[in-house]
Amino acid sequence: MKVRKEKRYYDVDEKNTQDTKSEKNDNVQIFNIKIKPGYKVKPSQSFNKNYKTNRDEIKKNKKIFRGKAPINKKKLEQYSRGEGIGKGVRHPLHAAKLKKKERKHNYAEEEAARAEILLTEETGFLDVGENRKTTAITQSIIANNVDIAAATKIFDLKLDFGSYRAKYSRNGRHLLLGGKRGHLAAFDWVTKKLHCEINVMESIHDISWLHIETMLAVAQKEWLYIYDNTGTEIHCLKNMDKILRMEFLPYHFLLAAVNEYGFMTWLDVSIGQVVGHYNNRCGRTSVMTQNPYNATICLGNSKGVVSLWSPTVKEPLAKILCHKTPLTAVAVDNRGMYMATSGVDRSMKIWDIRNLDGPLQDYRLRSAPVELEFSQKDMLAVGLGEVVEVYNDCCSKTASRPYLRHRMSKSINNFKFCPYEDVLGIGTSGGFTSIIVPGSGEPNFDALESNPFQTKKQRKEAEVKALLEKIPAELITLNPFEVTEVDVPTMQEQMEAKKKLLYLKPKKVDTTPRRKNKGKTNIARKKIIKDTTRKEFIAQAIKAQKMLDLSEKQTTPQQSFGVLDRFVSKPKSRK
Amino acid sequence: MSKVKIKVISRNPDDYLRATKKDIHKLPRNYDPSLHPMEAPREYVRALNAVKLERVFAKPFIGNLDGHRDGVSSMAKHPSRLAVLASGAFDGEIRLWDLAVRKCTRNFVAHEGWVRAICYTPNGDTFTSVGDDKTIKTWKSEIQLSDDEEPVNTLLSMSVVSGVTHHRSKPIFATCGEHCQLWENTRNEPIKVFKWGVDSLHHVAFNQVETNLLASCASDRSIILYDCRESGPLRKVVLELRSNALSWNPMEAFIFTVANEDYNLYTFDVRKLKYPVNIHMDHTSAVIDVDYSPTGREFVAGSYDKTVRIFESLKGHSRDVYHTKRMQRLTCVKWSLDNKYILSGSDEMNIRLWKAKASEKLGVLKPRERTALNYADALKDKFANHPQIRRIARHRHVPKHVYNSQKELKTIKEKAKRKEANRRAHSKPGAVPHVPERRKHVVKEDE
Repeated sequence: MKVRKEKRYYDVDEKNTQDTKSEKNDNVQIFNIKIKPGYKVKPSQSFNKNYKTNRDEIKKNKKIFRGKAPINKKKLEQYSRGEGIGKGVRHPLHAAKLKKKERKHNYAEEEAARAEILLTEETGFLDVGENRKTTAITQSIIANNVDIAAATKIFDLKLDFGSYRAKYSRNGRHLLLGGKRGHLAAFDWVTKKLHCEINVMESIHDISWLHIETMLAVAQKEWLYIYDNTGTEIHCLKNMDKILRMEFLPYHFLLAAVNEYGFMTWLDVSIGQVVGHYNNRCGRTSVMTQNPYNATICLGNSKGVVSLWSPTVKEPLAKILCHKTPLTAVAVDNRGMYMATSGVDRSMKIWDIRNLDGPLQDYRLRSAPVELEFSQKDMLAVGLGEVVEVYNDCCSKTASRPYLRHRMSKSINNFKFCPYEDVLGIGTSGGFTSIIVPGSGEPNFDALESNPFQTKKQRKEAEVKALLEKIPAELITLNPFEVTEVDVPTMQEQMEAKKKLLYLKPKKVDTTPRRKNKGKTNIARKKIIKDTTRKEFIAQAIKAQKMLDLSEKQTTPQQSFGVLDRFVSKPKSRK
Repeated sequence: MSKVKIKVISRNPDDYLRATKKDIHKLPRNYDPSLHPMEAPREYVRALNAVKLERVFAKPFIGNLDGHRDGVSSMAKHPSRLAVLASGAFDGEIRLWDLAVRKCTRNFVAHEGWVRAICYTPNGDTFTSVGDDKTIKTWKSEIQLSDDEEPVNTLLSMSVVSGVTHHRSKPIFATCGEHCQLWENTRNEPIKVFKWGVDSLHHVAFNQVETNLLASCASDRSIILYDCRESGPLRKVVLELRSNALSWNPMEAFIFTVANEDYNLYTFDVRKLKYPVNIHMDHTSAVIDVDYSPTGREFVAGSYDKTVRIFESLKGHSRDVYHTKRMQRLTCVKWSLDNKYILSGSDEMNIRLWKAKASEKLGVLKPRERTALNYADALKDKFANHPQIRRIARHRHVPKHVYNSQKELKTIKEKAKRKEANRRAHSKPGAVPHVPERRKHVVKEDE
């Protein structure tokens, strides 16, 4: 035992040294050098050629712990919460505190990036080899090349109650279908278990799941109805009439809807209260989507303008003129980075929604798209009459051809990507079609956020938790991180605060903004041009004068009278 | 077509569902921020809920110890046993308590008149009490024989004794009264007497870190510092009104806090007595007693306005206020040595036991509970300055008399401020200088 203990990793294995001995000349002496770990011998100190070989072996035998594995910088960036404050904090105490906090943030970022190793599933893909197009892959080829369980996700439902709208629940497990002529069906589409199927005996304009799969909202001919998953009518909301489109905001428990007359309504489904109700003055529009990043509602109108809305502000938060023709569809991606719009002029544009200048991409399509939809992995599905085209990576780069194409003999009404699945569900004029789009879905779900394998008890618990964390409607803003930013009081607020201190006489400051017509009227513009030329001229003149003055001063030396100097009259300096 | 490689998401339900009903549910996590949108508003709502729950669970009162037949005048903590407390009353009775079961373990009449102060020896075997009858008595903490009920040692002082404090390690204790006297346990005469021309001292406290230093509060509004190795007192600082009690910070040897008659507490640095390091305001009547927490981060103050307030030692306003309908004017407060409880003795004969953190859960925390609480704390800290959260966290219901006097004090303060500002506005610039609050309260400093 003792012998074993004495052996260290930097001791050279005797067998190996003997082998080398036999190979090399006998007259070469071999040194077995014990090297302390971390001790480096300078190259000039080399004793022997054998020494080097020894060292190599030592290196091989050594198992040095080199710290944690490095993390990919891109990965870190993905989990980053923004750059730190950096310098500029004056007080050393606050600077130290902030530094400490930043260190914690960095640590969290790193840990989150490292935790990626625990993810079990991988993103789907489609590999057809070089020089071949992925567009050539049809659904039947996909069905033949994937496992049976996945192949069952390609199916077609022939239903004949008008054109259908389809929506998936938030965890991607349940599907809701609403036919124009009153057919309403809700089912677990993975196990194909039907929850309910009824005919509401009225036209259905839009459908939506509420926060859980036991409740669903249906916009019917006149009013909005809420049903439970057995098809029992729970509520009829007569203050929400003639609804065209609906969107459910899950974190706010708000059902946002726009009706025929351009009235927008936000209904808090947890307490049944309308938190926002006003006319958007955009006219009748059925182009509506939500921005999942900040829960604003994007509306596209017939003038080609996309406007962003929140329930508490009666003006649009932002407006963009996207097309010069009426809009047909709007879609916003999951991270709130890109917005895709399409007009009847057959163009499709991709915008950076946080920075609304100029489209990133401008595509010409064969026909005007009827529907656009982003998947979780930022694939864009475009519905063109009877064809669905799926584009991959079309936002930052210009895509030359679609990634997948699927042709049907029915016209498309709407489609949705199924969350956490590689599936696109298409509501058509003849029913519902489900197709596989490899690589479109997020493979790893977060069970605390939305869980496709949720049990009933888990669902109940999650509902309570979600209700506790319901975000108030006032917090819907363009920048969702506004609530963590520093609130700088305005001049007016500061004045008010000072006025409250009784003993201070407030200064008179006029805080009404001046009318800034500078340069906007013709006369004013002329005056500005005149003024600037005049100023320039004056500045030049002063410069020249100064140069002259300087030369004068240098040329005339002053005569000195000693103490009496102060009585000498000074020459008047011209300004 | 044979070259086509296709992979799609296809989950085996067995990987995501628990095998048996006795298993726990599988919860795969993915921390990708795009799956967790609206991070900031959600955290804000959580913080709001956390701060509301904190107020809901803020029930600081644990229980009371009754038994005294007169108001409680003084208390002493046992240096090594958390459950032991000694308390003296205005009728001269001393009671020893077992806090764990909230029972009195022993009671006896120790003095004629008040028990002015009690203090334990560092090993906890004996404790010393001083009373109005000019005696200093040492008692055994535990009784084995019937003899032990009698005092171990009785010293007679020439003058009234009103405070006692024991040296951290040496067998020396100090009393105050007419003068500050140092005693050794074995001798009948004081080994040293410190005089500085004052009529009486009413509180004395040894520093527990810089062990030779002690400080006392005098009735001529001064605080006097002594070194027990020297023959005379060191320094003296005079405030506007008299200080009632003094407590040394157990972590920072040079910091002490005094409870003052002018409703404030003053924290001083021994090295710089010219003005206080901090002024702690909020009480609406004279502050009677003060005691530091063992961490030195906070202290508790009991006041004549019938409330106990907890201050953070670096902040000017109180963190919390405790009161009950029946609690009368406070006479003494103590912070327990495990940093968890606060003890308060008051005029109406009861000793009350409070939690130091009002909303803290007592007992063992499960790991999930602890992480949830830690998370809530972090959120509260992150959003502490949001107006709504700050309002909820700061709001305290106070008795009507406190509320009214707070209002009154506020108007008085505002009036003074306004007057000064007006005077400044109407006089020559610089004629009415801005004097910081900290410079206003020290009358003089002597050496």
